Amino acid sequence: MATFMAAFMIAGLVVCGITLGAFAASTARADAYTDAIAGLASPGFAEKAAAIEALGRLGDSRAIPVLEAMADNQLYTRKADGRLVTGSGGRDITLTDAATGEALGPATSRDLTRINANNAIRTAVGAAVGRLQIGDPDPAKRLAAAETMVRSESPDTVPLLRDALAREQVEDVRAALTLTLAKLSLSSADPGERLTAIKDLSSRLTPEVRALVTPLTLTKPDGTFAEPDPQIRAAATELLGRIDTRLMLTELALNLFQGISLGSVLLLAAIGLAITFGVMGVINMAHGEMIMLGAYTTVVVQQAFREYIPAEFFGLYLIISIPAAFLVAGAVGVAMERGIIRFLYGRPLETLLATWGISLMLQQLVRAIFGAPNKEVSNPGWMTGAVEAMPGMVLTYNRIAIIVFAIMVLAGLAALLRYTPFGLQMRAVTQNRSMASAMGIRTGWVDAMTFGLGSGIAGVAGVALSQVGNVSPNLGQGYIVDSFMVVVFGGVGSLWGVLAGAMTLGIFNKFLEPYAGAMLGKILILVFIILFIQKRPRGLFALKGRAAEA
Amino acid sequence: MLLMSRLASLESRRGWQVFLILLVLTIVLVPVLNLTLPPESPFHVPTYMLSLLGKYLCFALLALSLDLIWGYAGALSLGHGAFFALGGYCMGMYLMRQIGTRGVYGNPDLPDFMVFLNWTELPWYWWGFDQFWFAALMVMAVPALLAYVLGWLAFRSRITGVYFSIITQAMVFALMLAFFRNEMGFGGNNGLTDFKEILGFNIQAQGTRIGLYVASAVVLALGYLISRFIVTSKLGRVLMAIRDAESRVRFLGYSVTNAKLFVFTVSAILAGIAGALYVPQVGIINPSEMSPGNSIEIAVWVAVGGRGTLFGAIIGAFTVNGAKSFFTGAAPEFWLFFLGALFIVCTLFLPQGIVGFAAQMRARIARKATPAPEEVGNAASKHRA
Amino acid sequence: MVRISGRIRAAAMGCAVAVSALLAGAAQAAEPIKVGVLHSLSGTMAISETTLKDTIMMMVDDLNKKGGLLGRPVEAVVVDPASNWPLFAEKARELVQKDKVVAVFGCWTSVSRKSVLPVFEETNSLLFYPVQYEGEESSRNVFYTGAAPNQQAIPAVEYLMGPEGGSVKRWVLAGTDYVYPRTTNKILEAYLISKGVPKDDILINYTPFGHSDWQTIVADIKKFASAGKKTAVVSTINGDANVPFYKELANQGIKATDIPVVAFSVGEEELAGIDTSNLVGHLAAWNYFMSVDTPENAAFIKQWHAFTKNDKRVTNDPMEAHYIGFKMWTQAVLQAGTTDVNAVRQAMYGQKVRSPSGYDVVMNTNHHLSKPVMIGEIQSDGQFSVVSQTDDAIKGAAWSPYIPESAKLTADWTFPWVCGNCTEPKFGAYAK
Repeated sequence: MATFMAAFMIAGLVVCGITLGAFAASTARADAYTDAIAGLASPGFAEKAAAIEALGRLGDSRAIPVLEAMADNQLYTRKADGRLVTGSGGRDITLTDAATGEALGPATSRDLTRINANNAIRTAVGAAVGRLQIGDPDPAKRLAAAETMVRSESPDTVPLLRDALAREQVEDVRAALTLTLAKLSLSSADPGERLTAIKDLSSRLTPEVRALVTPLTLTKPDGTFAEPDPQIRAAATELLGRIDTRLMLTELALNLFQGISLGSVLLLAAIGLAITFGVMGVINMAHGEMIMLGAYTTVVVQQAFREYIPAEFFGLYLIISIPAAFLVAGAVGVAMERGIIRFLYGRPLETLLATWGISLMLQQLVRAIFGAPNKEVSNPGWMTGAVEAMPGMVLTYNRIAIIVFAIMVLAGLAALLRYTPFGLQMRAVTQNRSMASAMGIRTGWVDAMTFGLGSGIAGVAGVALSQVGNVSPNLGQGYIVDSFMVVVFGGVGSLWGVLAGAMTLGIFNKFLEPYAGAMLGKILILVFIILFIQKRPRGLFALKGRAAEA
Repeated sequence: MLLMSRLASLESRRGWQVFLILLVLTIVLVPVLNLTLPPESPFHVPTYMLSLLGKYLCFALLALSLDLIWGYAGALSLGHGAFFALGGYCMGMYLMRQIGTRGVYGNPDLPDFMVFLNWTELPWYWWGFDQFWFAALMVMAVPALLAYVLGWLAFRSRITGVYFSIITQAMVFALMLAFFRNEMGFGGNNGLTDFKEILGFNIQAQGTRIGLYVASAVVLALGYLISRFIVTSKLGRVLMAIRDAESRVRFLGYSVTNAKLFVFTVSAILAGIAGALYVPQVGIINPSEMSPGNSIEIAVWVAVGGRGTLFGAIIGAFTVNGAKSFFTGAAPEFWLFFLGALFIVCTLFLPQGIVGFAAQMRARIARKATPAPEEVGNAASKHRA
Repeated sequence: MVRISGRIRAAAMGCAVAVSALLAGAAQAAEPIKVGVLHSLSGTMAISETTLKDTIMMMVDDLNKKGGLLGRPVEAVVVDPASNWPLFAEKARELVQKDKVVAVFGCWTSVSRKSVLPVFEETNSLLFYPVQYEGEESSRNVFYTGAAPNQQAIPAVEYLMGPEGGSVKRWVLAGTDYVYPRTTNKILEAYLISKGVPKDDILINYTPFGHSDWQTIVADIKKFASAGKKTAVVSTINGDANVPFYKELANQGIKATDIPVVAFSVGEEELAGIDTSNLVGHLAAWNYFMSVDTPENAAFIKQWHAFTKNDKRVTNDPMEAHYIGFKMWTQAVLQAGTTDVNAVRQAMYGQKVRSPSGYDVVMNTNHHLSKPVMIGEIQSDGQFSVVSQTDDAIKGAAWSPYIPESAKLTADWTFPWVCGNCTEPKFGAYAK
């Protein structure tokens, strides 16, 4: 027990000593530090930037929270005494003295004058914080530091970076440091250093390196080379060639991904129509509005989560939205079918007119309830951001999620049609209504449920599409023509046709776009569809036999 | 003599009477009421009403043209807006060339938007449009050519029903996107506007306005007679047979492709003329006329009036557009509910449109002496009787 | 047929009678002064335009509470042109000729303005147009209360070229393919080249309306920016297409500190539809921001919240333009003592209004306003923080000096010019 106490006391003393030592060291720099902090409030942009840079140079890690607060627009001067403070919180702001770190209690925005940051300030803060954090124990912070320091133009950070690189163990951080160092050394006056820099970079075939090396191969307006040393020029040109080859491949892969991503958006938009139009033969012009209803359901669920559910579960709102949207759009679909469409079977072109009317009314209804402007739908945390699959190939999480989701919906639907009693009844009714009826299937009920299913799936698509696009009363109008094209191109009545159709059109579009531009690309696709239907009037996957002739 | 009797047989005697009365009413009475009566008079037709009616007349011709191909040949074109707009663009190009040096930048040859895009000379497809006769020819030729090519592709491959509707929709959508492009040389999104004069008359003058109105009414009447001529001819019967049983007609040895192609092309020409008359009256033509929604709306007019009856298409165009004009002013926040409800009610309760409903009513009033032999689908024959 | 159309007519008549009876009941004894509101309440443009209709309703309401105008109440006649350009012309004619309105507040897109222009010129009536636009126009019958390109685009680019904006050297001009972006980009290109930016450092890209798949273009922008020079995007992307564009930017990790995007068509209203937490630092240039800290603006926002009974509604630049336009029109009517168009137009010149942005805004004889220019950075709460603003109001130029054909032209509707696009005064001989 006693030894334990002793150990404890010793430990305490040591801690005290360290703190005291640090305190002594910091008082020696205290004046410079307080001056620099005070400089943050200077009126001019240049003075502010100078103060930030000075703080970075001082190497005092107390500056980090202050600088970060500044970048977040949370640095204020207090009106009462002109003191420079950092604040946190929205309406009731908790103040901390910027220079001393002393807690100053709460205040409201009325007591404070904000020191506005702009992009240039944020860049400067990034560089300064990078300098301060380059020795941080957390590798993630070191990585961020190394990356932000690329942007600082000051060559005097070179020794700092060299030190850091020598100490660094984590590969990612080493890579970032090498890149940063190389960039700074490329502008060095010493040709040997420049050549080493290029050699250091030669294994990294990324767009960033391309950006660094390209200037070395250029000529100046007066005809001379920007890089006087031919050896360095040759090395740079060779590296650039290798990077370009690699980037071409990357671009190809990226195009493919983008095509699949666009295809899955088209697939989601069209899949509900494949049921209502493809299976039931209703030219459902209100299909787009079902998607819109799904998206607005997402808005409502999100709003409910914001108000009633603790913030840590916010990311789940999207999961809850899926069944909610299915139910809302499905219910509207069933109501439409029972109220209007069932009187129009066998007159497909008249369903077009009636559903067109419904779509106008639904649009105006949503406009009356939610207002005409766009509604905000935020990506949940797990769908924000991107993964860099290859250098230069950024795959965003929301796109990946939509691809996966589209496939899941399609698979689920296929399974439903194939393996459940309802699916069986539905197929029976579409193939031979009177026979199905004679076998005791309630055809009216099946019709309603089928239409509800198609509408519900459109609603589910709305949940996903709200993550990449607008949520406005016009949302559905943007998808309706495309959806019909996909279904007709793929082959009416065939789920696999819809998949093939959506993917073909998506990929085709994305490979055309870089050459033809977005607009001409789309026109070419439409012309292609027109010509394709001449060749295969029933689409890619045509149903065969008597049913196809009906 | 043969022609005269053929002409006379287009309509029954009562039909001709109705036709002539309506013609006189629209062509003579409206302009007279507009010009002669003082604005305070309750019978005065104000100028805005005149231009509104002029617009409706063009829409009626457009609806008529769609009815010809949809109501009689059974092929629903969801791309008729394209023919309408192409006719309009041809007329617009003529009107643009008439501006001459009165444009904003004062260039004698190039329209303002071309000067603006740094173009130095008129592209070849604008040549000739300074001549009215050439523009008038193109108003018919361009839509006809497009319809012929598209129809040849579609009917030859026996594309029918929904598939035909979808490819015409794809066509109109592609054209809209193409015309949106500024590089196309048709003024992009803004289209062609700021017209000054037509055939030397100031386009904003009251007289010109009335002239255009009367021209629209006359052309609508002619269009009606031509359509009537077609549908009462042998070809018309073949078309209706195609509509009702295409394969059977084919097996009987008729050339379904040619019959449809002919009527589709005629229909496109009528739509083009409607567009050409529309443009000087509204003063602008732009790609939004080719939005797929607009073309669907044309089908709605026909359906509301009663497809398969030429009169129905005209009535439908007037009813829907009149309702639209009225409600967008009287109930700007709710008019879409009225319009949407109108479509639903029409499809549910008036499957043969207003004309079919009227025929049904008349039959019922005739106390079912004969138990309604005329299937409402044949309201056209009713008219002839 | 006779029966049904008769019924419809009867119903329509009934409706009309009911509506007019209601209006008559509400109106005061004096004959009201009518103003028209011509904004799309349905269709694609309803997103932006409904707010502007509400703004005018608020102003009219306020004016009536203060006792109306010239001792008469003011009545707003609202119609819905439904984002349909020819319908704009029809409705404009209806407002002017049937409803006999003395001024119209309306339009958003250039094409809708082009469509109604002949109607206003033919009937000699007034249109107040509140949206930033491409310039190259000055009609005797239109007062342009939104920004001309020199009041928005050029100051924004100047800011980005300066050290505070990050000394941008390479430019992507991305826009929707229609006349406003085309003009703005043409002006900007000429301007940038005049400032010594090489042609290779300018990338111009156009996309269709409502473009929703931005993967390729954002990837292209990244590629263009990876050439080693500081790059910025100048966006004239229209309305609907912005949400997917910004979402793609945020997700592909483009930070404002790397590639700032400055937009001319994105305001508070558009941002309300986007989660801005990943967009902090991207910019917009306007003549007004909701975050401007002036007493006039506080009052304006308060009035707006009270009128809409919703304290979350945002205000934006075109709303402010309508506010200014309506105030100016009221003052001009008071000064002229009549609503007669010619008298009011004459009284409009030099009319001054203290705007919510805190400046005295003046109407010039070229029918454009002198307004301040502000650059704002997007904040995480969907508002803008003003990072730069001009010291003085800038006079809106109808004709851009950077387009050779238009540099020759002058717009001045007072003697001796009396012309919107002339190379010499119309009445020059008399002036001598």
